[in-house]
Amino acid sequence: MDIAEYLSIIQQLAGGMLATLFIFVLTLVFSMPLGLLVAFGRMSKWAPFAFLLPEDKFQEKGLRKWIGNFKPIQFLAKVYISILRGTPLMLQLLVVYFAPYYIFGVTLSKSYRFMAVLIGFSVNYAAYFAEIYRSGIESIPVGQYEAASVLGYNKYQTFFKIVFPQMVKRILPPVTNEIITLVKDTAMAFVLNYTEMFTLAKQIAAAKTTIIPLFIAGVFYFIFNWVVAYVMERVEKSLSYYR
Amino acid sequence: MKVLEINHCNKKFGDNEVLKDISLSVSEGQVVSIIGPSGSGKSTLLRCATLLETMDGGDLIYLGNHATKADGTGKSIYSDDNKLREIKKHFGLVFQNFNLFPHYSVMRNITEPPILIGKRPKDEVYAEARELLAKMGLSDKEDAYPHQLSGGQQQRVSIARALAMKPEILFFDEPTSALDPELTGEILKVIKDLAAEHMTMVIVTHEMSFARDVSNHIIFMDGGVIVEEGAPEEVINNPKQERTKAFLGRFQQ
Repeated sequence: MDIAEYLSIIQQLAGGMLATLFIFVLTLVFSMPLGLLVAFGRMSKWAPFAFLLPEDKFQEKGLRKWIGNFKPIQFLAKVYISILRGTPLMLQLLVVYFAPYYIFGVTLSKSYRFMAVLIGFSVNYAAYFAEIYRSGIESIPVGQYEAASVLGYNKYQTFFKIVFPQMVKRILPPVTNEIITLVKDTAMAFVLNYTEMFTLAKQIAAAKTTIIPLFIAGVFYFIFNWVVAYVMERVEKSLSYYR
Repeated sequence: MKVLEINHCNKKFGDNEVLKDISLSVSEGQVVSIIGPSGSGKSTLLRCATLLETMDGGDLIYLGNHATKADGTGKSIYSDDNKLREIKKHFGLVFQNFNLFPHYSVMRNITEPPILIGKRPKDEVYAEARELLAKMGLSDKEDAYPHQLSGGQQQRVSIARALAMKPEILFFDEPTSALDPELTGEILKVIKDLAAEHMTMVIVTHEMSFARDVSNHIIFMDGGVIVEEGAPEEVINNPKQERTKAFLGRFQQ
């Protein structure tokens, strides 16, 4: 292979990189807020049947206690998280893509392929982000809530002014991990034949019977993640003005 | 005018009765100290009064406004959240471990609540905050963050934060317990200055001589009941109840 050929491979992969970047950014845009909603659900204490419990709820046992303490929103969030964490992402992508046809008989246009990739990634990553958010929110000392309460902050003010900013600082390291994993997971879009960088690299490698494109793809991922890590480190530093 | 009235307050944690039929009232300008051993219920009483804990039975009234009203059986019925937030404007609380907002500068800790919650004009709030900081001897710390301050300084900021809301009554929950003896003095001095300005205060404390000097009324609690109360010299120097004598005896040694 001559230089021109290398350059052509790099150029093609850079084009694929754009598709990768697209999935990456959009997945973050959707999964991060969705994760917050799931985290709220996971922490929901709404128990509609609490009226079944007697005044002295410490005495109650058995089925009535179970129903009285049942928290439907929390339960749904737990089911959501356990399914999405407990099954392979690749399978989830296939389900999102094929379910409309096999279950509902709906034929979807070709552009649904990209939608399916986005939905699959977002829904999956939201489950992980939800648990990271929860860990951050639950690590805020109860004294912060009490101080806000006495000063008259309502629930929303307490969350968005006091809890959320402190949570963001605390969860940055695990969030960085998750984002870096996402960069590499985008390669999984190949199961739906969506042409992002890695799919392209495999195609070129097969056509030219060389592993060079795969190697270059690896370099691309590495650079991408190095940038992600650098940016996140800067964000962490910008929040280091308080402890 | 009664700033605070608590009538027949009861509070249970499970089977554990923490407060048993406690009644007290605080008039304008009065400084009340609550003393007693750990587990006597004095902090729980303060937390009920500041709506951090719900009482099971009894009334809680600020300046004639009912935060809770006992129904026919004595059970506490709380007002709705909006009314409770209105009532919270009447009081402030200084915590044992300060609970400043770490992501805010000293200035923002003091100014955000009056601007956001009190809906007061920014310039006015900032001017008052600067005055408060000057009074606390912290004028040079406006832009500092809580972690850059000593415990005593943090506690003074938290007193300023409470005062910025212009409460009619200020509660202190063991304000010096997290501080070493050297820093304790500076906080006690701030509270004494407030007392001299006739700020209405309720102070839960372990500092007996301070309680005697600063307050006009002392309440000794044990086992969830008020064992003895009265003028400071009476309760501290001349206790009538055996339980009070035993407790204070340990301090005088």
